[in-house]
Amino acid sequence: MSAAYFDAATAAPLHPVAREALLAALDDGWADPGKLYTQARRARRLLDAARAAVAEVLGVRPDEVAFTASGTAAVHAAVLGGLAGRRRAGTTLVRSAIEHSAVLHAGQRHVSAGGAEVEVPVDLLGRADLDAWRAAVAAPGTALACLISASHEVGTVQPVAEAAAACAATGVPLLVDAAVSLGRVPVPGGWQLLTGSARKWGGPAGVGLLVLRKGTRWVSPYPADDRETGRAVGAPDLPAIVAAAASLHAAHTESAAEAARLSALVERVRATVAATVPDVEIVGDPVDRLPHVVTFSCLYVDGEALLTALDRRGFAVSSGSACTSSTLVPSHVLAAMGVLTHGNVRLSLHRGTTAAQVDRFLAELPGIVADLRAEVGL
Amino acid sequence: MSTEPLETLDCLGQRCPLPVIALARRFPSIPVGAVIRVLADDPAAAVDIPAWCRMRAQQYLGGVSVDGSPAYDVRRVS
Repeated sequence: MSAAYFDAATAAPLHPVAREALLAALDDGWADPGKLYTQARRARRLLDAARAAVAEVLGVRPDEVAFTASGTAAVHAAVLGGLAGRRRAGTTLVRSAIEHSAVLHAGQRHVSAGGAEVEVPVDLLGRADLDAWRAAVAAPGTALACLISASHEVGTVQPVAEAAAACAATGVPLLVDAAVSLGRVPVPGGWQLLTGSARKWGGPAGVGLLVLRKGTRWVSPYPADDRETGRAVGAPDLPAIVAAAASLHAAHTESAAEAARLSALVERVRATVAATVPDVEIVGDPVDRLPHVVTFSCLYVDGEALLTALDRRGFAVSSGSACTSSTLVPSHVLAAMGVLTHGNVRLSLHRGTTAAQVDRFLAELPGIVADLRAEVGL
Repeated sequence: MSTEPLETLDCLGQRCPLPVIALARRFPSIPVGAVIRVLADDPAAAVDIPAWCRMRAQQYLGGVSVDGSPAYDVRRVS
């Protein structure tokens, strides 16, 4: 039995290009890129090249790209800095109900400091309600709007282009949290701020992206620091940044072929689980979805017991069920959609995922679910 | 049609998915048209009981508060 890792939307295994770049940069990129000696200039060249590579993939200017200490740090800086930069326009943050918890937590900070927040609901498939979005961004006092590129929990692609058009019409800057999409699928334009996280595309943990289009009003929520043109604090982890940029470029180059391959595997999971596991709800949009994420909920099954049983059989998956979270509260994404939160499993695939691994999962899942139901007498 | 519950299931203190399991177990014994109430303070019940009704094509009547505890009413329609 070979282990199958299906949790790439949390952290993808390191891309081989990232490993290679990381090892090389450990030797060449240890000096402070801000200093004025030979070793520093070597480090600066590596940092500049990494920034240029990321900018090329994203279709932006290199000076619009900043590297942060994590995806979460990038989101916090984007939300709080984007709001601070628009203080004169208003204090309301508009966001969808299915944003990453980093956005929710930044929003809570904003509200506790006296700001306001408007939550835009989603439908049963997990897509943001565009009418509610348009009304929210048109309301007076809206400072910033935030939309995830696609649901990191259920895979449903969000109407980013339409949301951006609504923001453009009212002059509200749009932040797109693209962590789950970068290196895998194209992200529509029209945004002013964008965030990402290297470990989601096969780069190392500890590297986030904060992209601010030219002219975007943004005020750092942190004490002053001159690194990354004031957009991130602390000395950058240059070897990790070099590895992140190299792997983003590699993943982006492979993305069309990988998306087609993984999307077919996801389709196989969706069809087979629905056909072979009774009382299961496959959640998220069946068509307009990420290529690598699939989520379903099994009625009457304890999510933690299911994760443990799957792990025992060599399958690493994630869950939005309350019993698997530290707070014992179900996933806010599943709750906002109104879909079953217990017995929930998310598979997120990556370049190392094979058809054989998926087939073994599909062969073993019905028995595992049946055993767990038998334990509670159903 | 009465919305008064014919029966109340006390699932206070039970973690998900136990309240939904209790509802599913008891459901076949109540007559079509009758309402069953589930007392459940697990936060997942607020989502999972309406979701169960949708999956089972039964009628979710909504949440109520009973002596300060959350409760959910379901009508058997088939």
